[in-house]
Amino acid sequence: MSESAIDLQSLDHDDVIEKAAAWRQSGKSVAIATVVSTWGSSPRPTGSQLAVDEDGNMVGSVSGGCIEGAVVHEARGVMEDGKPRLLDFGVTDEMAWEVGLACGGKVEVWVERVD
Amino acid sequence: MRPDTINNLLAAREAKRPVALVSNLDSGEQSLVYRDAVDGDLSLDHAIIDKARNALRDDKSGRVDADGTPLFVQVFNPPKRMVIVGAVHIAQPLVTLAQTSGYEVVIVDPRGAFATRDRFPGVTLSEDWPDSALEELKIDNRTAVVTLTHDPKLDDPALHVALRSEAFYVGALGSRKTHGRRVERLTEEGYSEDEIGKIHAPVGLAINAKSPAEIAISIMAQITQVLRTE
Repeated sequence: MSESAIDLQSLDHDDVIEKAAAWRQSGKSVAIATVVSTWGSSPRPTGSQLAVDEDGNMVGSVSGGCIEGAVVHEARGVMEDGKPRLLDFGVTDEMAWEVGLACGGKVEVWVERVD
Repeated sequence: MRPDTINNLLAAREAKRPVALVSNLDSGEQSLVYRDAVDGDLSLDHAIIDKARNALRDDKSGRVDADGTPLFVQVFNPPKRMVIVGAVHIAQPLVTLAQTSGYEVVIVDPRGAFATRDRFPGVTLSEDWPDSALEELKIDNRTAVVTLTHDPKLDDPALHVALRSEAFYVGALGSRKTHGRRVERLTEEGYSEDEIGKIHAPVGLAINAKSPAEIAISIMAQITQVLRTE
């Protein structure tokens, strides 16, 4: 994932919701990922959000870039079946997830579809 | 998220109305909790509604699981505000930093010539006298006030209002000597030591800032430190 894929001007969650609504209105499938809890030194606080559309366009962030790829992958499934998913990321979950948080934190991310 | 939920969220943001989005992480059902209303398909008992309203007040999102049901409360408060008194050179980089940090900026300067719209795009400008301007703005606990004019005639009236407001940060540009005289004036005008002690002066973190941009960085850093230190 390239840095340019994240709009650094729009890290505020309000902008994420606006972008998600705009994408949805233009007819695209959209999912929103939200950090719902953190342990240790996670890079983005609880409440941080990332919106992604069916083409993989993103706005916002749920980490410093280390788990966005996996979240986007899960988001595709959420867009298809509409079922929200609760994802766990962290150093202790390396077996379950190919990704980890380089900084040694843990983070729980909830992904929902925008209907 | 249902279309009406996202539309109501956007409407609340547009109206600068605080709202908490409560989500059931299993079912995906959601409701919006306002200070005075609840709306959505997730039914919530009074205890959860209270928790959501407390989260709004504390500006803190988080899990509030109830009876084994995993719930998440997401706070959507209006932007924090920075009120800058003095449309001076330092105000220009400070506005940029504040906006990037998510603040809505208001510049107060009754000296019309200084507060020209071209120099401060996207900023609300007030040419009222600082005390009436700040009273009008209803300074709350999500507002920072910074005085930059160096002129007691303008800075002091702003401080009079800011010191007796809920502002989470009050800073005043000026050397130690200037601040010493400011403390004397405020004391004579009946402000207590505690009230005067709220002023961050000399303003900004001590990073040996020299240029206007560097001073703006030191001010933004200090405001962030105060905001994030519990």
